[in-house]
Amino acid sequence: MTVTPGWYMALSAVLFVIGLSGILLRRNALVMFMSVELMLNAVNLTFVAAGRELLSIDGQVSVFFVMVVAAAEVVVGLAIIVAVFRRRKTASVDELAELRG
Amino acid sequence: MFDYHALAPELILGITLLAAIAVDLVVPERLKYLVGVTALLGLVAAALPLITLAACSGIAGCAATGPRVLFGGSYVVDDFALVLKGLFIVSGVISLLLSVGYLESDDYYQGEFYFLLLASVTGAVIMASARDLITIFVGLELVSAPAFLLAGWRKGDRRSNEASLKFFLTGVLSAAVMLFGMSLVYGLTGNITFAGIAQAITAFGLQSEPALVLAVVFVIVGFAFKISAVPFHFWAPDTYEGAPTPVAAYLSVGSKAAGFVGLLTICYQAFAPVRSIWGPILWVVAALSMTVGNLIALRQTNVVRLLGYSSIAHGGFILVPFAMAALYDQAGLADAFFGSITYVLFYAFLNLGAFAAVIAVVHKVGSTEITDWGGLNRYAPGLAALVTVFFFGLAGVPPLAGWFPKFVMFRAVLGVFESPWAIALAVIAAVNAVIALVYYAGVVKRVYMDNVPVNAPVDRVAGRRLAPSLVLALAITAAATVIFGFFPQLLAFFGDVTRAFVAAP
Repeated sequence: MTVTPGWYMALSAVLFVIGLSGILLRRNALVMFMSVELMLNAVNLTFVAAGRELLSIDGQVSVFFVMVVAAAEVVVGLAIIVAVFRRRKTASVDELAELRG
Repeated sequence: MFDYHALAPELILGITLLAAIAVDLVVPERLKYLVGVTALLGLVAAALPLITLAACSGIAGCAATGPRVLFGGSYVVDDFALVLKGLFIVSGVISLLLSVGYLESDDYYQGEFYFLLLASVTGAVIMASARDLITIFVGLELVSAPAFLLAGWRKGDRRSNEASLKFFLTGVLSAAVMLFGMSLVYGLTGNITFAGIAQAITAFGLQSEPALVLAVVFVIVGFAFKISAVPFHFWAPDTYEGAPTPVAAYLSVGSKAAGFVGLLTICYQAFAPVRSIWGPILWVVAALSMTVGNLIALRQTNVVRLLGYSSIAHGGFILVPFAMAALYDQAGLADAFFGSITYVLFYAFLNLGAFAAVIAVVHKVGSTEITDWGGLNRYAPGLAALVTVFFFGLAGVPPLAGWFPKFVMFRAVLGVFESPWAIALAVIAAVNAVIALVYYAGVVKRVYMDNVPVNAPVDRVAGRRLAPSLVLALAITAAATVIFGFFPQLLAFFGDVTRAFVAAP
């Protein structure tokens, strides 16, 4: 059995759904953030697989941009989560309920 | 030779934001205001090439005529891009003016604030020219990532932290969803430039391909988060309330307009052949945004939350001309495009003005609760008049500027043809315009007719003077609201020149 790009697409769809479920079901800000990273990696896999299948370089170049942006998001996100943790001693998003109405 | 003239605004902004950090490092504590001055001068300097670029296309000796295309079609400087770049820089300048006095009255160290604001404006300016999936994604993240940090600016304040984290989690989620849609679009069409995608969709006959429908939906959902359209709006009021108020002003105008620019360029260029997919989706989103935004705004007691929900509703109004796109001919499409852009331009001035008025009143009254604003007219008649101007302007009461974009929006959705869906949407929009008047007028009524609350902390702060920069921002936005109300063609002209975007193949 050969592994065709379709299998990579299916894997990336599965990864994306796992990430999306993590965001919707988990309540810890760090775990939610990890789930987003999983979704971004699903995106990267799609880009690379499509680029391989189409014999076009655009998809592989795109992955570099996505990785750099994801790294920048990690920096910003961890800074925010640490700031929240310092004030509240918890990273659970259910505790964040002062702003509502 | 590389066309540096076309990239001049971005280059100047990039240099300025580095200069802001450098100035912040070297100047002593009492001269810190120089950082703000540097940022302001940089923004003004970045606006100058826009004028020369706009003038250049008509002059014979000038190098390029027509749109300047850079990086193989990924980056285009046309009239649409120039107008939106101008809008982003102006909203950056006004947000900066709002921030200066606010930061000085605070214990927080201010240097990085200007750096982050400039970075976000730079991202928006890049988005206006971006014509491929990756450039627009990187531009959008450059708008958002500094905005996450700006929302959490007051590190010691639990509410600011909460605003920041909510904004961040929804922001990265929307980016991931949008990006997954983009990767599917690339996989199906083999192109990342918008023009190439549109051609490939037609050439391969992908209009009814289920995977493309899924991809379009993902991209639209991603942008719907960014423009806080219902049902992806829940983060916006919390973030606006918890963030520093000048940041909320920037988020509701600059960052939101950047989302609309992305949606406009992608929908009207890359997804132009599949208008029948995104048209109905945006019909529902527009109707929901207007109705839900306005109905929840009715019961708000906090003026910043009220403006947050009203900005969701205004986002719905901006989406209305998109909704019937599947049925339009080329002229109708240009009208719809013009309608959305014009609404964004007018809304920017009105909403920045409303936030400026809120910042000024909070400075006097010390509270964002509307009940504490009772009888403002007795001790601050000037501010009461400004609140009236901006809130009635947002409601769309002639002769203030808000009436014109609503008029254009109704004309775009009704003028070209008759369809029951178009009429239904116009009726929903009309009902919502009336609902909006109720809560805007409610604030004005409190300001003029109610008594000063007994326990209000007015005495303590009534003597405070407003910062000169805040007065300047109020003057600019108030003048714009009144002048563009009487002479809307002055601002609508800039919307008019963007029609060429739709005509381009």
